[in-house]
Amino acid sequence: MSLLRRFLRTPEAVAGALILAALVAMALAAPLLFPRDPLSIAGPALLPPFQDWSLPLGTDRLGRDVLAELFHGARTSIAVGLAAAATSIAIGATVGTLAGFAGGLTDEVLMRITDAFQTVPGFLLALAFVSVVGPSLAVVVIAIALGAWTGPARVARAEVLSIRERDYVASARVIGMHPLEIAFREVLPNALPPVLALSSIIVAAAILVEAALSFLGLGDPNRVTWGGMIAEGRAVLRSAPFLSIIPGIALVLTVLGVYLAGEGFVEASAARKRQS
Amino acid sequence: MLLLRRRLIGAIPVLLIVVIGTFLLLEAAPGDAVDAYVGMTGGDAGLIAELRQTWGLDQPALARLAAYFWSLAHLDLGYSVTFSRPIRDVILERLPNTLLLMGSATALSFGVGSLLGIAAGARPGSFRDRFLSIGPLALYAVPGFWLGLVLTVLFSVQLRWFPSSGIETIASGKTGVSRALDIAQHLVLPVTALGIIYLALYLRVMRAGMAEIWRMDFVLAARAKGISRRRIVWRHVARNALLPLVTILGLQSAAMLGGSVVIESVFSIPGLGRLAQEAVGSRDTPLLLGIILVSAVLVILINLVVDMLYAVLDPRVGASEESS
Repeated sequence: MSLLRRFLRTPEAVAGALILAALVAMALAAPLLFPRDPLSIAGPALLPPFQDWSLPLGTDRLGRDVLAELFHGARTSIAVGLAAAATSIAIGATVGTLAGFAGGLTDEVLMRITDAFQTVPGFLLALAFVSVVGPSLAVVVIAIALGAWTGPARVARAEVLSIRERDYVASARVIGMHPLEIAFREVLPNALPPVLALSSIIVAAAILVEAALSFLGLGDPNRVTWGGMIAEGRAVLRSAPFLSIIPGIALVLTVLGVYLAGEGFVEASAARKRQS
Repeated sequence: MLLLRRRLIGAIPVLLIVVIGTFLLLEAAPGDAVDAYVGMTGGDAGLIAELRQTWGLDQPALARLAAYFWSLAHLDLGYSVTFSRPIRDVILERLPNTLLLMGSATALSFGVGSLLGIAAGARPGSFRDRFLSIGPLALYAVPGFWLGLVLTVLFSVQLRWFPSSGIETIASGKTGVSRALDIAQHLVLPVTALGIIYLALYLRVMRAGMAEIWRMDFVLAARAKGISRRRIVWRHVARNALLPLVTILGLQSAAMLGGSVVIESVFSIPGLGRLAQEAVGSRDTPLLLGIILVSAVLVILINLVVDMLYAVLDPRVGASEESS
């Protein structure tokens, strides 16, 4: 049975995929449906949701359209989540491959560095990095990746260690390929699948870290973020709790969608492996 | 004790790398301690040059790194310009609150999580199992800081059951038991917000471990002997599935410290995490890096304790380390 059909058979996976599809649609449609700057004033301040149908989710403290902010915020969440996950997997796979393939002192040094990064709380590191370099989308992505690359590095290293002794690696040596070429052209591609299996967890974690950073005011100030919206709403938590609750629900659904789809995908591929 | 010694020695290079890393970040930060100091007090170019010289900031980077190591070896983390006090004192003052928050959150998530995990894993595949296994996935997705705000709206604003901020009632003059109760009441919401993700994690690991152990021969043997199911669940299956949970206890300590930053800022708890946020707000980079160093040491210590605990719970671990 094909991977896709297996994937579509688990109800959780389908639910996750649907949530993600809706999210991507939101992100893509944001500039079409809400061409105005989402940070501009759209109506009276603190309009509750479901009162005025031109502003379905109401407005915030400054009279900005909550629905428009929500749509544009989806763009930031997706962009940061994917970019941070890609960066951490790229760093992790490179470090893990080098450590596992080179062995000896290189391995020892790289793994101690990995230990050090795992010892420092990732969120504190991200906080320090953003505060030192200054908040922008790229900096936030790197800051999140700094705390997330260690997992992929460990998995890649373990996988490389088992691949290193295979025959095709030995034959690549025999034909005189450069060790770095063997490491990155022969070994790394084969070590990648278990590393990629981590991606849904990393994307989900990255989205949550980005939200927490922007909640503390360390997101890109020129972009709408869900974390920033929650922080904005916090000032009026007692009188208008919906301002914090709505973007939070969007966050929960997004992360849940990533988890469910990821879990479904891993299960589907595991089931296919068992069968073959 | 060989295990303890080996772990301690293994922690040294890790700590060195963390120190070098924080030093590099400190170097990358715009401005130095003199800029921060003069920014607060004012001063001319002559004073600035003089201060740079007395504080050793005119030295080359390598010499400054050596000086940094030297002062750290004397447990001197530097001076916080914002608080006008040594960084060590500021951190030590805030540390107990964070430890209390983390400890309570760990106890809650470990206790309730493993119990629910046993409930789910007692009969793998049952309705109860499936219900309890999907729930945690939803909990994983909830950002702690948002949950904190929702809990505040529900239990503090609407129901008025718990206070919404602080670690205790200010200037209440309470002592002894009544003070402890006051603190406990303040901690209910933040501990829940911080611990719930880990509760889900422990539940899942416990359940998965039990499902694995049900398939083992000794469980079959126990059943063949006619031992009651309840006894098998508790004495044989759950007991063995508990070990991996202890490992996670250590692994999660770093993440939980990171999580406490946001939770402390949501509930205005004067702990290490809120201190970190204050350091970011006032651009006090030395203070922020001091917090990072202390957190790293804390994580190493927690993992050390967990390793020891593990060796006690599972004698095979210590034994294999000794012989190897």
